[in-house]
Parts: sequence; C-alpha cells; structure tokens
Amino acid sequence: MQFIPNILFAIALILGVGYFSRNVKKLIRNIKLGHDVDVSDEKGKRFNNMLRIAFGQSKMVVRPVAGIMHFIVYIGFVIINLEVLEIIIDGLFGTHRIFSSVLSSSVYGFLIGSFEILAVLVLIAVVVFWLRRNTIKLKRFLNPEMKGWPKNDANYILYFEVVLMCLFLTMNATDAPFQEMNSGNVISGFMAPWFSGFSEGTLHIIERSAWWLHIIGILVFLNYLYFSKHLHILLAFPNTYFGSVHPKGELDNLESVTNEVKLMMDPNADPFAAPANPDAVPAKFGASDVTDLSWLQLLNAYTCTECGRCTSECPANQTGKKLSPRKIMMDTRDRLEEVGKNIDANGGEFKDDGKQLLNDYITAEELWACTSCNACVEACPVSINPLTIIIDMRRYLVMEQSAAPMELNNMMSNVENNGAPWPYNQMDRLNWASES
Amino acid sequence: MSETLIVPTMAQMMAEGKQPEVLFWVGCAGSFDDRAKKITKAFVRILNKAKVSFAVLGTEESCTGDPAKRAGNEFLFQMQAVTNIEVLNAYEVKTIVTTCPHCFNTLKNEYPSLGGNYTVMHHTQFLRNLLDEGKLTIEGGQFKGKRITFHDPCYLGRANNVYEAPRDLIRKLDAELVEMKSCKSRGLCCGAGGAQMFKEAEPGNKEVNIERTEQALEIQPDIIAAGCPFCNTMMTDGVKNKEKEGQIKVMDVAELIANAQDL
Repeated sequence: MQFIPNILFAIALILGVGYFSRNVKKLIRNIKLGHDVDVSDEKGKRFNNMLRIAFGQSKMVVRPVAGIMHFIVYIGFVIINLEVLEIIIDGLFGTHRIFSSVLSSSVYGFLIGSFEILAVLVLIAVVVFWLRRNTIKLKRFLNPEMKGWPKNDANYILYFEVVLMCLFLTMNATDAPFQEMNSGNVISGFMAPWFSGFSEGTLHIIERSAWWLHIIGILVFLNYLYFSKHLHILLAFPNTYFGSVHPKGELDNLESVTNEVKLMMDPNADPFAAPANPDAVPAKFGASDVTDLSWLQLLNAYTCTECGRCTSECPANQTGKKLSPRKIMMDTRDRLEEVGKNIDANGGEFKDDGKQLLNDYITAEELWACTSCNACVEACPVSINPLTIIIDMRRYLVMEQSAAPMELNNMMSNVENNGAPWPYNQMDRLNWASES
Repeated sequence: MSETLIVPTMAQMMAEGKQPEVLFWVGCAGSFDDRAKKITKAFVRILNKAKVSFAVLGTEESCTGDPAKRAGNEFLFQMQAVTNIEVLNAYEVKTIVTTCPHCFNTLKNEYPSLGGNYTVMHHTQFLRNLLDEGKLTIEGGQFKGKRITFHDPCYLGRANNVYEAPRDLIRKLDAELVEMKSCKSRGLCCGAGGAQMFKEAEPGNKEVNIERTEQALEIQPDIIAAGCPFCNTMMTDGVKNKEKEGQIKVMDVAELIANAQDL
C-alpha cells in the first residue's frame, strides 16, 4: 500500500508526458505538410542566432518594459524547472527533497532561495502583464484578431502562472522540515507564520496538496501548450535556428520559374520535347493554401505568440489598412490546424473541404496593402517572417489567377514591353544625360 | 551648372577597348522621373569631379524586375533578371553602384543565384569610400547649422543593414543630424515599397507617406534627406500635403554633397 503514491505519480507522469508526445507528433506531422526548404547552410551563424535571439532574448529588450518583465518570467521558467526534476525524483521514489540530502545545505538553500525570489518576481511580472492586457489598453492587444480565444488564451496562461507560483511557495511554507532547516526559505519563511495555527497533520496535508497540485498543474500546462499560443516557449529555439541568415531584402527565386525561363531563353530548347519527369505534378506557382507553403513558414505559424510587435510596426496597419502581419500568422496556424484535423478525421488523407488559406482566411485586400518594408520581420522577437507568406500568396494571385490590381497590371506590362514600370521608351533611357 | 556631364556608356568604353572601374546603374526612376533625374545628375557631377572611371548601360539598361517580383510576378522578374545578367556579364561588369536602393537590393541579393555575381554598392556607400580614399572632399559651408534628418529607405536599411553610410556623409556637411522617433532598423516606410508606388493604397484612414512626414515634421528639420528616388517622391508629396514646401526641402544625399561642392 505504501507504494500507492508512487504508482499514482508514475501514472500521472506517463499520462501527462504521453498525451503531450502524441500532440508533438501531430505538430510535426502538420509542419511537414509544408514543402521542403534547404536550411543546411551556415550552421555556425544559425546556432549563434538561436543563442542570441532565443536564449539571450536580444530582440525582446527592444521594448524595455515588456522585455525585462518577459526576461524575468523566462528565467523563472527555466530555473524553477530544476525544482521539477527534484519533484519527479521524489514522486517516483518516495523520497522527500532528494537534492537536500545530495547537496550541502548551503548549496540547496541557495538554489531554493533563488527559486523563491524568482517566483515572487514572476508573480509581479505576471500581474504587470495582466494589467497591460486588460486595463492599460495597449493598442497592439486590441486589434480585431485578438478578440475571443486569443485574448482568453493569453489570460489563462497568466492565471496558470500565478497558481503555479503560489503553489510552489505554499508548498515550501508548509514544509515543516524545510522550514526547520532554515536555509533557502527566504520568502516562504515569511509565509510560514500564516500557517502556525494548524496542527502538524493539517500542515502536512496542505504541503502534500500543494506539491501534488504543483506537479499536476505543470503537466496540465505542458499539455495546454499545443492548444495555445504559448508553444513559443519550445518552438522559439528551432525557429530562430532555422530563421533566415540572408539579408532581409532577399526574396527567394522560385526554382520552378527559373526552369521555365531557362527553357524560354534557350534557343536550342525543344518546346515539344517530353518532360524529363512525366510523373511530376506541375508546380503551382505561389501559395493559396497552407500546403503550398514551406515547413519553415508553418513552423513560424506555430511559433507565433501573438505579441503583435509586427503589427504595431507595420506601416499599413498603422494607417488603418486591413493588413496585420500577426493575423497572417494566426490565420496560417488556424488553417493548418483545420487541415490537420481534417486529415485525422479522414484516416490520414486530406479530404477537400472547399476551403483554403486565401479568401477563407486571408483576403487579397490584406495582401495588397503590404509595402514589403520588413518592419514586421525586424520586430519579431523569435524570427518569424510574415512577409514571405504575403509574397507567396501574391505570387499565386498574379501567376495563377492573373488577379493583380489593374494599376499593377499596367506597371507589369510596361516592364515587359519597355523595360520600365512607366510607359517610356527604352531608347530614351539616356536622355537625361543631355537634358539641361 | 552649365558644364556638360561626362556620361560614357559601356558600349562606347568597349569600342575604345576600355573597362571602367564601376558601372553606374541608373535605374528606371533615375532615368525617367523628373525629380529623380536631378539626383542622377548630381551623382554624376560628383563622379566627374572625383574623376571616377565609370560608365552606364544607357539604352541597354532595363528594369531590374524588383516591382514585378514584389507584386508577385516571378516570371517577369526572372525574365528581366536573366536579360540584364546577360548584358552585365557580356561587359564583364564586376562592380556596380546605384542611386536606387531597390535596384541595389535586387542586384546584390537576388541576381547571384541566377548567375549575376557583382559587388554592388549604394551610392552613399560609394561616396563614403571616395571620401575615405581622399578622392572627394566635402565642405559643409552652406549647410552649417541646418537641421537635417535622414529617412532610412527600407531596402537600404532594414533590408541590407546600411544605416551609417548616409549619416556619415551628412555629418561631414557640418549640419546637425537629427533623428526621427522611428529611425534606422525601426524606420517607418515611406509607403512606396512592394510595388505600392504604382497603385492606389488599400482603404485605410491615412496615407503612409503622410504618417512618415508627420514624424519628420515633429523634429522640425530644414531638410529631409533621402537615399531613394521613391522615398524622395513620397516625402516630397507629404511635405506638400502639409504645405511646408516653403520651409522644408527633400533632398537626396548625393544632391546635398553636390550642392556643398557647388557642382
């Protein structure tokens, strides 16, 4: 009978981690619906980007208030998780604060003491975050795409963090042997007197409850990630690693187009020759749905935490246009999730649902409002690139549907006919040199 | 400004068996737009004064394909690119300087994978090199004490991380360089990029160039310096819209330097 808590703990752990792994598999499956893209170059630079941008939070501090608060929560999250390791060992083997017997009491006290201080700092930061989202009315949290689930999602995460931190501190405050050790209880030492009226048995029950709720809370939170914008705590790392290492101004040159252009320009090409690979599906130019995007663009969508820095820097959005780079990423993720669920429901095959990313989620008006200025790309703290999705969708509109705005069609026919976006003769290109 | 500009073409140079050190890529705006042509000429005056060995493609130049690519027409872009690369490679061009950040970006970043590999410079980078090498001197007399702000072109700044070359040149003018509230990597677009120059803006509550002009007016400059012919047009329109064209001039960095030299 004495092993019942251990067995229950093992079951909780297996269920929590197991269900999470199942969703991670689904996540990877969905991301792989995108076409391949080569990211094998410049490994050193990529690794450096990940260290600097994700681990070092270098882009977060561009906005100092949110940046510093976020840094506290981030450090708190990473460091307090050392405590989770102890909890897991204790839970599985029935020990109590195993690290305190392995480490010297001063080292253990130092560790727990810093966890406690961080827990309080995290609580303060989370309260500030909640105020920023709910009472200060920051513009970037009020865009139309933030209504409903995205707003609630953000608040749920904050509530979760408050509960977890409180449980951690309560657990320490009601742990009589730990308080007797009197090392590391820098915060919980002040809380312990609140519980002085309770009997030893009640105190133990409170301590055990806090301990169990803390670890179960963490497992629930882990599983909440997949359904939430909060996936960034994991995906920020691969996303910054795989993010572009080229100048921001560089757009990819479509290979399928290069092949066609080469054929057109080659005087020896035989237009009637059988294609080299007759089974190959003719390439679709540009993107009208998520499966036309690359896996990197889809990873971008799952990584987005909807902070809205992209949208608040976007010149189109600032001047009242419909375009919001954040919405581009949210729409991409929502559609990808929809496609994923469709595949699950139809035994592993996607069944046409008559919908696509273009029009059903992202409208042409949004796409044509972009100035390609890269402000969104620069602003993103985790190297997401909304611009490439916008360009890929414009490519579909123009090359597959000939659906460019009329003025752009004029511009393009000018480029095609006389080598300039305006109707001037190419032979007049040097006239400026002789005009006074 | 009665002296004639010396503008050799690559074809002439080749006929004489010469190879210029650098090709000046003029761009469509620089060739045809009345305002931008002044920038082109100012830059050529500086090149002439510094005795730079350069040439232009003249009638053999064609659009780089940038606006087509940004509008989504990858076919047209690559057709333009491949044609231009054929011409450039036939003349064995190694180094290119251009007064247009859009041409700069496309030539530098998007031509290499199609077979066009060149050292490409924006004219502000090129002018700063001339200055460093002592081939160009700048006296700031007429700009002394003037407040000048630099509007970062997206395709020079964020797109290619060139922020200091134009500012270094402005500092040489003895002027007071003042920064707008969003500048450098957070600079606000003028509204022309991504082929917006050639279409009406989508429905909204303001034009982007007006927003940017308001940011400039907040710091009360005498001159808004630009490094892009399209930004120049957008900012000039913005200043006119605010009826400030009497007090505030919009000028390219090349024009500032040419004027300082009395060229």
